[in-house]
Amino acid sequence: MRFMMIMIPKGYEQAKPGTVPDAKAVEAMMKYNDALQKAGILLALDGLHPPSMGARVSFAGGKPKVTDGPFAEAREVVGGYWMIQVKSKEEAIQWAMRCPGGDNEVIEIRQVQEFSDFPADVQEAVSKYPEVQERVASKKV
Amino acid sequence: MTPDIRRTIEAVWRIESARLVASLARLTRDVGVAEELAQDALVAALEQWPQTGLPDNPAAWLMACAKHRAIDRLRRKTLLVDKHRELEYELRVSDSNTDPQALSDDELGDDLLRLMFTACHPVLAPEARVALTLRLLGGLSTEEIARAFLVPEPTLAQRIVRAKRALSDAQVPFEVPRGAELSERLASVLQVIYLVFNEGYAATAGDDWVRPALCEDALRLGRMLAELAPREPEVHGLVALMEIQASRLRARVDVTGAPILLLDQDRARWDQLLIHRGLVALERAARLNGAQPPAFARFAIPPGPYVLQAEIAACHARARTAEETDWCRIAALYAALAVLTPSPVVELNRAVAVGRAAGPAAGLDIVDSLVAQAELQSYHLLASVRGDLLERLGRYDEARAEFVRAAALTSNLRERSLLDERAAKAAAMNQMTRAGSD
Repeated sequence: MRFMMIMIPKGYEQAKPGTVPDAKAVEAMMKYNDALQKAGILLALDGLHPPSMGARVSFAGGKPKVTDGPFAEAREVVGGYWMIQVKSKEEAIQWAMRCPGGDNEVIEIRQVQEFSDFPADVQEAVSKYPEVQERVASKKV
Repeated sequence: MTPDIRRTIEAVWRIESARLVASLARLTRDVGVAEELAQDALVAALEQWPQTGLPDNPAAWLMACAKHRAIDRLRRKTLLVDKHRELEYELRVSDSNTDPQALSDDELGDDLLRLMFTACHPVLAPEARVALTLRLLGGLSTEEIARAFLVPEPTLAQRIVRAKRALSDAQVPFEVPRGAELSERLASVLQVIYLVFNEGYAATAGDDWVRPALCEDALRLGRMLAELAPREPEVHGLVALMEIQASRLRARVDVTGAPILLLDQDRARWDQLLIHRGLVALERAARLNGAQPPAFARFAIPPGPYVLQAEIAACHARARTAEETDWCRIAALYAALAVLTPSPVVELNRAVAVGRAAGPAAGLDIVDSLVAQAELQSYHLLASVRGDLLERLGRYDEARAEFVRAAALTSNLRERSLLDERAAKAAAMNQMTRAGSD
């Protein structure tokens, strides 16, 4: 089973462009990342720049609309994530509990959807897609 | 006990057990005893944690508990008359740090590596090495291992008991081998991990085509080993091979659970994250073998069998469509592999690649030279590959006969129905071409 551990640092929604965590926090986090790596469960991880450097695209009325960050309405935002492979949600929770998180930080644990989790009609919608791919590929040859 | 707390304890066990057993094995100098002490601690946790809740530092709790048991056990053992040795042992156990997290990474890593080498020791039969490795390093229960390998639980439990006794009888030291012995012993560790992976990837019996949980266990062990022995190119080669093969897991079966062959798979469903990880691991192996970026084509040190197999898997992973596959490179890699590990199976795979690179007739020549070999007489893939090449040559009736033979030889039910289908298709083509020529 694959889980994403999503780091939500309170206050990051208003952080200035170019904000980065301090060296001490980074050091503690690197040690934690190393433990995940040594346990053979870490698949990927990334930290994200603050929303003030990003943008949002919304689709109200079926039309894409771009808003530059920071976003006044956002109460919590993603600061980074770990993708891990473990046997159960409980194991993902145990790993999250070992994180050297700060007072303002929350980790949300979410399981990655597998193809087999989808109902039949969704599976069919997904499996139609490769036909398009094959057509593109065969045109090229 | 609520199922929730039980699952939580199992999760803690999965995370902590390998380090716990490894630390205890260093203290007791006996892997079997270490494992029993760790199990005692698990039993205590299952009794107490549902009432007390999880301790703040579960690893330290388990270690302290196991060490108490170790000392109790020793005091009860009246056979040990040598008071001096007893005291020495007691001091060693009680003075050692209770918190495994307080140990330096190097110390802990050394213990884990020693544990891996011990569990895969050549005095044990391969299936005993597999069971012990999953038990001691994978943190799997006897029941889980038994289920994964389709053997009754008492049989598997016996296998583990005998393995532990064999290690103790042979007085296998708890250490990492050095010098010339290292490469031989490392090969055994790699073989055990790959056996686990393959058991999951191509189940040899039963109606499940894959048992992905075993693939995940093997990958976890391989990634652990790559951190413990980062200078060994073959370790990264094995990890790369498993990551890339695992990237195809969800594309290998259709909705009904029937197998889909590599070239027919929907590549959009290959797991790009695992492919990326595999290619990175392969690059690490290539660097250790003295290859230079960006091409990594020339190796200063000849690559070993796992790196070569990973290179082959990477050829498929890099091709965006089946038609883009670099079959010439694959044929050359199989030729190199055949030099290192000569086997009819490798030769059969080379035949498939040559059949694609230079046409079915060239492939068939190699296959026909293998048909006489006794080793492959009852190997279903020989018949199925021969059937495929004959089909492509338009010799449909002979192709049909080979598919029928292959179907009769395989013990995997899903694979059998796939081969039956191919036989029926070849028969239909045979009829059509005959009707056409009339």
